[in-house]
Amino acid sequence: MNGNGFLAVHTGQPIPREKIPQLSFGEFRTCIVDEVSGGERVAALFGDDSASREKLDVYAVLADSTRALLRVAKSTLDKDRFPSITPDCPQAHLFERELAEQYGVRPEGHPWLKPVRFHASYHRGRDAWGRKPDAAPVIGVTDFYQVEGEEIHEVAVGPVHAGVIEPGHFRFQCHGEQVLHLEISLGYQHRGAERTVIGIPNKRTIHTVETLAGDTSVGHATAYSQVVEGLTGCRVPIRAEVLRGVALELERLANHTGDLGALAGDVGFLPTASYCGRLRGDFLNLTALLCGSRFGRGEVRPGGVRFDLDSGRLQQCMERLDAAFRDVSNAVDLLWNSSSVQARFEGTGAISQETCRELGIIGPAARACGLECDVRQDFPAGIFRFAQVPVSSWTTGDVFARAYVRWLEIQRSVAFIKDQLRAFPDGPIGTAVGALKPDQLIISLVEGWRGEICHVALTGHSGEFSRYKIVDPSFHNWMGLAMALRDQQISDFPLCNKSFNLSYCGHDL
Amino acid sequence: MNTIIHDSVHVVLAFSLPPLLLGVIAKTKALFAGRVGPPLLQPYYDLFKLFQKGSVYSTTTTWVFRAGAVVGFVSAGIAVLLIPLSGSAAPISFTGDLILFAYLLGLGRFFTASAALDTGSAFEGMGAAREVTFACLAEPAFFLGLLVLAKLSGSLQLSGMLGSSLATHWANAGDSLALVLLSWFIVLLAENSRIPFDDPNTHLELTMIHEVMVLDHGGPAFGMILYGAALKLFVFGALVVRLAVPMTVGSAWLDWPIFVAGLLVVAVVIGVVESTMARLRLTRVPVLLVAACLLSAFAIILLVR
Repeated sequence: MNGNGFLAVHTGQPIPREKIPQLSFGEFRTCIVDEVSGGERVAALFGDDSASREKLDVYAVLADSTRALLRVAKSTLDKDRFPSITPDCPQAHLFERELAEQYGVRPEGHPWLKPVRFHASYHRGRDAWGRKPDAAPVIGVTDFYQVEGEEIHEVAVGPVHAGVIEPGHFRFQCHGEQVLHLEISLGYQHRGAERTVIGIPNKRTIHTVETLAGDTSVGHATAYSQVVEGLTGCRVPIRAEVLRGVALELERLANHTGDLGALAGDVGFLPTASYCGRLRGDFLNLTALLCGSRFGRGEVRPGGVRFDLDSGRLQQCMERLDAAFRDVSNAVDLLWNSSSVQARFEGTGAISQETCRELGIIGPAARACGLECDVRQDFPAGIFRFAQVPVSSWTTGDVFARAYVRWLEIQRSVAFIKDQLRAFPDGPIGTAVGALKPDQLIISLVEGWRGEICHVALTGHSGEFSRYKIVDPSFHNWMGLAMALRDQQISDFPLCNKSFNLSYCGHDL
Repeated sequence: MNTIIHDSVHVVLAFSLPPLLLGVIAKTKALFAGRVGPPLLQPYYDLFKLFQKGSVYSTTTTWVFRAGAVVGFVSAGIAVLLIPLSGSAAPISFTGDLILFAYLLGLGRFFTASAALDTGSAFEGMGAAREVTFACLAEPAFFLGLLVLAKLSGSLQLSGMLGSSLATHWANAGDSLALVLLSWFIVLLAENSRIPFDDPNTHLELTMIHEVMVLDHGGPAFGMILYGAALKLFVFGALVVRLAVPMTVGSAWLDWPIFVAGLLVVAVVIGVVESTMARLRLTRVPVLLVAACLLSAFAIILLVR
């Protein structure tokens, strides 16, 4: 216990539920506000009504990256309203909207209380907005923020877009070409993933987890596996840890390379766009060499990995990685050496470190503002307990910084994979996984390519998941994109959007 | 060669060649990107496909929307008959025809922008606003260039200004003509929505200038717009080629192929520009266009000093 009422835990460390500090909501709120203003970050804030439908337990997970500790506590709401945390701690804004939508409780004083995913409340008849129980909410129908004035115009984009991308709705309030405000309304991809995972893990659970965000299969599967391993107390063999680390970094390589290419494409810079498009495929193919799936599906399993890497494929993997990295270096160098590209990247869509901190932005977007946050360093698990990957950061917080951080990470991921494969340990690649311990809470963090993936699991009396909370990095970062667009040209939106490249389905779950 | 044959060649070339230019640009870009790219004749197939299709019109639009595509195409189609392609005069040629030429281009733009506004879509309104804003700057650059040619040739007839006499002026006023050539090439890129002004290949409606104005058109109307745009590219390409290679051998068997080769070179150069540089930020577009105006203005100053 620490002095502030929250219990300190490590990532992947199960704790019995009765040990979780139970605070009054006033204390709970004060603690969160104090800790966050002291530099901690809200990693998760969620409700659990599995014990009783009348009382809602609200859990908060705070991340203290300076001490590599997570803090957790809960509070119980017995009314359908509570004083909002958001006015004093903006990081909580989307979590509170989510709470309101899921359980029909109303955070009073929330400045921006709108639905997140536009689904009906989990409790029939209890609705934070007083909507009728039978009226199914229509996605995207809400009060949008509006600017009024003589020369103000509104541009609505989506949910159907011109490219082959996921659906999302964007509302711009513009003055000429200048964007005064962007509001992002998602929810089109909501599948009820968190509730699908409830119960005793079955054959389908891992597949649900791998498709939470299709481009982060390895990241989410690793986070889930760490949850199960923590709850069953099984120890993952080192060879499997290495293979997981390699798969995770390959996922990062493929996506970062693809993003750099797409950024080049958005400014109409052909060479890098074309080459990176192909090279992304090379990294995906390396993942396929590992496990047969270009997106790493089927590789990570609780207890280890499913596919071993024999020496022949290991050699091939090293050679192909070298070749792909050489090509990426050439293609990306073109990007930094073209003044016309730099003129577009620099100063576009900048967010300040202050904003980053306030909103709890994470991942490459936060590192581009100079925040040194990286789960691989701050809350290491798996192979990252033994092998450090230096944190890559930049200071300007603009599109250039987000692109450049990606390039730095590409270099470090390649170095990491080569180190790991050079000293590839022997041994088994998996271990048997038993039943989940009952009445536990566990938090698992993984640095996916977009940033921190947080899974929090609560188990019930018979060792089933009674609540499974998933926080995809996109959940934190969409607001960052909205802030980045302020006072920018509307024509720069696609570029800013690509520089964040957030997941719609990871947000909508 | 007698006038009828010459005019026929002019008409046939002017209406058959434009899509090929788009094909050449696409092929050049593909080569730079290390891809095979679409076939050279792909733009013809596309047009053929579009003209086979039916049309869907939004119920919120009026006749203005339908007129946009037609007027845009027809105005470019007439404009192409006003400019001399090889040494001899254009099929339509009279004193002061440059005024008609300029207004035909303006008319086409006016109707394309009006059709875009007619849809009431936020995107298209934005595109129309951008198009006319940038046109305000591209047109002076073009006209100042014409002024230089008028002064040099003492003629107000496009066929005279861009006729074979231009070759002699390169010797005594080469510096002015070189400035105009550069200015017109910039205007060509701007008027035809090429990189660095616009990205004709982008799917990002928020960044487009020209493409976003025609989002609601489909089928034959869209075909006409694409064909009209190709014609416009041909018109500006032809002006640049005439300005750069004004000398004529005198034999039509050589003059026409030289012109066509020049046009293909222009297409390749456009492809190279598009392959090697990124788009300008929209706020920077006026800066480059003002630079084009200044180039033309300096050309005049050099001439009258």
